[in-house]
Amino acid sequence: MTPKWDEIESGNEPPPLVIGPVTRTDFVRYQGASGDMNPIHHDEEFARAAGYQAPLAVGMFQAGVLNSWATHWLGPANVRRSRVRWKEQVWPGDVLTCSGKVVRKYEESGERRVDLELSCTRQTGGLAVQGWMTFVVP
Amino acid sequence: MSELSRYREHIGRTAPPLVLEVERGHVRRFVEAIGDTNPIYVDEPAARAAGFERIPAPPTFATALRPPDPRQGLDIDFRKVLHAEQEFVFARPIFVGDRLTVQAKIVVADVKAGRSGVMDRLVVETGACDEKGAPVYVARSTVMVRR
Repeated sequence: MTPKWDEIESGNEPPPLVIGPVTRTDFVRYQGASGDMNPIHHDEEFARAAGYQAPLAVGMFQAGVLNSWATHWLGPANVRRSRVRWKEQVWPGDVLTCSGKVVRKYEESGERRVDLELSCTRQTGGLAVQGWMTFVVP
Repeated sequence: MSELSRYREHIGRTAPPLVLEVERGHVRRFVEAIGDTNPIYVDEPAARAAGFERIPAPPTFATALRPPDPRQGLDIDFRKVLHAEQEFVFARPIFVGDRLTVQAKIVVADVKAGRSGVMDRLVVETGACDEKGAPVYVARSTVMVRR
């Protein structure tokens, strides 16, 4: 059950989700499911020729995990808007921590809404993904 | 002196629309790939118990619905492309069984000064409508192309 309007406050911050270490297999599985077949995410030689140390994660993979952390809490049907910005690359072996909090609770267009700020960080503390989501709270 | 985008003449370039059916097995594979274990994405009774008439897809599933790419045919070296930002705006959730007409268009082509020099920025906007013509979502994908 998703929380009700009265149960949500600005600053609410459920426990983070930790995944990994992420692997090349995770990237390939995501590529197969999403249809993004860019070889930079699975072809070692291609990735090195492009100047990378290894195949890098598909950005939408970690963004998808980050969005799931939030939809698990507030409900996938309630998403009005989701935006992500990629900051640091994610590599095989990384452990990712997805977290976020409510930054605004308001009414707009006859709907009760909350805005979230989210982040996905690497085990180094480096920020991999910044996210912003708006949910309607029924 | 401001530099011009190599792709500026392609602003407004629109690829043909494609009708895509949201398939149950596709949604299942997608949630497995992002590690989302919520049963509503794979199990009809669980979806109904959560108040849905049909199985919903997670929001970022929109990226797995791929219409023809308006960047196709442009001189882009995909080794030099970085996905910088992505945005989705939803009118309603995506459901299994939806037949969506999905179409993508280049809406921005400009340049940005980055840490490693000037880069070309391309924003592709993808819109999806249902069979009644009602909008379901708009996705905006920003990529940077290193020179």
